[in-house]
Amino acid sequence: MRVKVRLFAQLRDLAGAGDLDCQVEDANAVQGQDVWRAVVRDHPALASFTRAMSTAVNLEYARLDSPVRDGDEVAFLPPVSGG
Amino acid sequence: MSFALLSITAQPLDLAALVTAVSAEQARQARDAGTANAGGIASFLGLVRSPNQGRGVLHLEYEAYEPLAVRVFERIRDEIGAEWPGAVLALHHRIGRLTPGEVSVAIVVASQHRAAAFAGCRYAIERVKQIAPIWKREAFEGGDIWIEGAVATPDDEDARREALKLACV
Repeated sequence: MRVKVRLFAQLRDLAGAGDLDCQVEDANAVQGQDVWRAVVRDHPALASFTRAMSTAVNLEYARLDSPVRDGDEVAFLPPVSGG
Repeated sequence: MSFALLSITAQPLDLAALVTAVSAEQARQARDAGTANAGGIASFLGLVRSPNQGRGVLHLEYEAYEPLAVRVFERIRDEIGAEWPGAVLALHHRIGRLTPGEVSVAIVVASQHRAAAFAGCRYAIERVKQIAPIWKREAFEGGDIWIEGAVATPDDEDARREALKLACV
């Protein structure tokens, strides 16, 4: 299945792109972490953020074990610094 | 379309416009609820600071995951409404390149009593820093770095209580 991945700030810089069209192997219950693993496989520099980021699925904050479906927008967010 | 109370914008922030908008919204809500008009309006402006941690700042480059950021602002508005009933929030955050002294965030809270107006402003900025998907890259004399704050976890009740504590001291 295909997932639209959005990366921001440091994650985008490290990956070299903010929008990725990510191919994830079809399985019964694909989760956010499966998408993250696919992103890290293509962009190993992102691995260090695994425990220091947030995930959002279709514009809702989500957990790494949240379900992801074909066509979803999955965003990975490094630590925030608004204000 | 009326002036949005919650917004991410590349335009310079206009505090007077926020005060006008929040005042009108509070009056509308108070009329509907049959309660008093605002007895107090408090505001907070966040500005680009230099030097920052010893670095002379040239500019900050702000970016946001805009649609999620607006949803987070709505969440902050709802949290404020639950904590201080009748309090009305306006919250605008800028994106793009800002130089020292420029306003990056503007917050206005109108309430029937001043305590909620002041507390709501402080609570809003603490929550923005905790959970809004906004980032800044600092260009300083000699380099540039991403500023890293909190890992955004909106359902973390400890963080929410910490923001509440800061707001109510």
